[in-house]
Amino acid sequence: MRTIMLAAAASLALAAAPDRAAAQTMLAAVKAKGYVQCGVNTGLAGFSQPDSRGQWKGIDVDLCRAVAAAVFGDASKVRFTPLTAQQRFTALQSGEVDVLSRNTTWTATRDSSLGLNFAGVIYYDGQGFMVPRKLGVKSAKQLNGATVCVQPGTTTELNLADYFRANGMTFKPVVIEKLEEVLNAYFAGRCDVYTTDVSGLVAVRASRAPNPADHVILPEVISKEPLGPVVRHGDDQWFDIVKWTLFALLEAEELGLSSKTIEQNASSANPSIQRFVGATGDIGKMLGLDNRWAFNVVRLVGNYGEIFDANLKPLGFDRGINNLWTNGGLMYAPPIR
Amino acid sequence: MRGVTVLAWLRANLFSSWPNALLTVATLWLLWRALPPFVDWAFLDAIWVAPDSKACRAAAGEGACWAFVAEKHRFILFGTYPYEEHWRPAAACAILVALWVASGLRRLWSWWLAPMWAAGLAAVGVLMWGGVLGLPFVENQRWGGLILTLLLTTFGLAIAFPVAILLALGRRSGMPVIQGLCVGFIELVRGVPLISLLFMASVMLPLFLPERVTIDKLLRAQIAMILFAAAYLAEVVRGGLQAIPRGQYEAADALGLSYWKKTLLVVLPQALRISIPPLVNTFIGFFKDTSLVLIIGLFDLLSTIKVSLTEPAWTGFGVEAYLFAALVYLVFCLAMSRYSQNLERELARAEAGRRT
Repeated sequence: MRTIMLAAAASLALAAAPDRAAAQTMLAAVKAKGYVQCGVNTGLAGFSQPDSRGQWKGIDVDLCRAVAAAVFGDASKVRFTPLTAQQRFTALQSGEVDVLSRNTTWTATRDSSLGLNFAGVIYYDGQGFMVPRKLGVKSAKQLNGATVCVQPGTTTELNLADYFRANGMTFKPVVIEKLEEVLNAYFAGRCDVYTTDVSGLVAVRASRAPNPADHVILPEVISKEPLGPVVRHGDDQWFDIVKWTLFALLEAEELGLSSKTIEQNASSANPSIQRFVGATGDIGKMLGLDNRWAFNVVRLVGNYGEIFDANLKPLGFDRGINNLWTNGGLMYAPPIR
Repeated sequence: MRGVTVLAWLRANLFSSWPNALLTVATLWLLWRALPPFVDWAFLDAIWVAPDSKACRAAAGEGACWAFVAEKHRFILFGTYPYEEHWRPAAACAILVALWVASGLRRLWSWWLAPMWAAGLAAVGVLMWGGVLGLPFVENQRWGGLILTLLLTTFGLAIAFPVAILLALGRRSGMPVIQGLCVGFIELVRGVPLISLLFMASVMLPLFLPERVTIDKLLRAQIAMILFAAAYLAEVVRGGLQAIPRGQYEAADALGLSYWKKTLLVVLPQALRISIPPLVNTFIGFFKDTSLVLIIGLFDLLSTIKVSLTEPAWTGFGVEAYLFAALVYLVFCLAMSRYSQNLERELARAEAGRRT
């Protein structure tokens, strides 16, 4: 019985992927199957989350759609695989997904020993602190002796301990596994401070606080969490495609091209725009794509600013370090030429 | 007269002794303290419909926010299945439930249950995948919600049950190789928690496969669940087999029946009948165990509820959400356990009829 099932399973898998010869490039394989398989978070507001109608929304999701737009000229040719934190790297390594766009922090270990390539940074995050305004705390340096609500098992807890030790301060941790309960503990006043990534703090303050103005996020950011899309080692062309799709989103914003204006601006005399939309040069061909790849990305998905405003701004995020370098942020795309 | 009977009933059932009387009073006091606030919260002060979560937030803590369930019920029941096509998983759910009910009615028990299941499952497959008859194709990564829970349970049990019977027979077989294999399999699978089997299937297995050969995530989870259910059901069936008096085996041998005839005609019908209560117990447990797939990112009923709570506008209504989940699980589990009680009674009656 089990052999039959395994045989059936194997034949199903082969039937599902008839053209995955080992020698084929990722791009050819993706084109042959007709869609980009994208690994996303099972539910993280603003990054990837199904809405009430079951549609995936978020900046990580939009990156997947942008890759589909670059490859196919059709942002809907993408399928999403919701992945848990434990599964994500296996899913990418085993080829279950073509791109992993799941708020994944870029670290040296992951980039090297896990056999992965980070294609850039779509959101610069970092761990921060939120305190009730009535405590009058202005800086994390004033938190000596504070009670801190934190979720266990992640680097969050370690960063917290490191930060307090490095600054010669003590704290009393209140460690609670479930997000729901740790938030209840903080809002009920069981602890003075809640710590997690700043993106999480912003979302919680906007959605859960009875009055968002009663809580302040302290200016100190105690860890670097650059989040970005990931591909696996072994196919540099696919790596380039994902990397330059991300850069195209940034470049479009810098050039002032948005989903609404790019069709009118396509005939602009600006040589950078000419190259971007594929009117001159062969950038698309060099990547193995259509020369209008970047044009399609912006036309169908928008530029980085639009994506940010659609997904993160409503949750109370401000651009901060995720602004373009021309506006004092860290978002910088190498020239597309 | 009637008042006297009520008093007598009260005395006999609730106040028969001092400890009982104390327990009754304590229980009544607890109910009196707990029920009215609950009714207030769940019904009287509850918000049933609201355009967004603001009304619910304004009423923070006073009343339940059933508007959450109203807003999210489509996602909870059908997951990321395309919104316009939700009638398809709904119809598939109805077919699955109908199949279960039909297989449960004793007067429908006959050979044509088998083709009925085949046709029913084919219809479910066509509905869910589509791609034919003008139905747009929907890949199974988008399946979610109640239908996923029902599918995992149905296929899990339907495939695991025959496997379990073979395993149980194998474990009691005289052939050492077969017995060894069956014992080894059963003990190995029972020796690890379901969650580790699921992890194995979702995280380890893909690494053993050749590059770019992937087995669908749902299928991997389903196979893990089948293996798990088979091992547990096998032990239940073995219990039934052991309860059959030796005389039955000997009588069948004396009639000159072959091993398979003896097993199919004499032993199994009796063994399965006595195993009904523990079988249903395992079925109910398995139905609830399917919710563990949330740790491997499959959107079953419980995961869709969890995910719908992550939308910032609707976070914080966990109590309402999980009460809704409890209600759905309760309906299915209660139906299963009531049914098994009825079946036991009917079979006992039939048995008694045969004996007299």
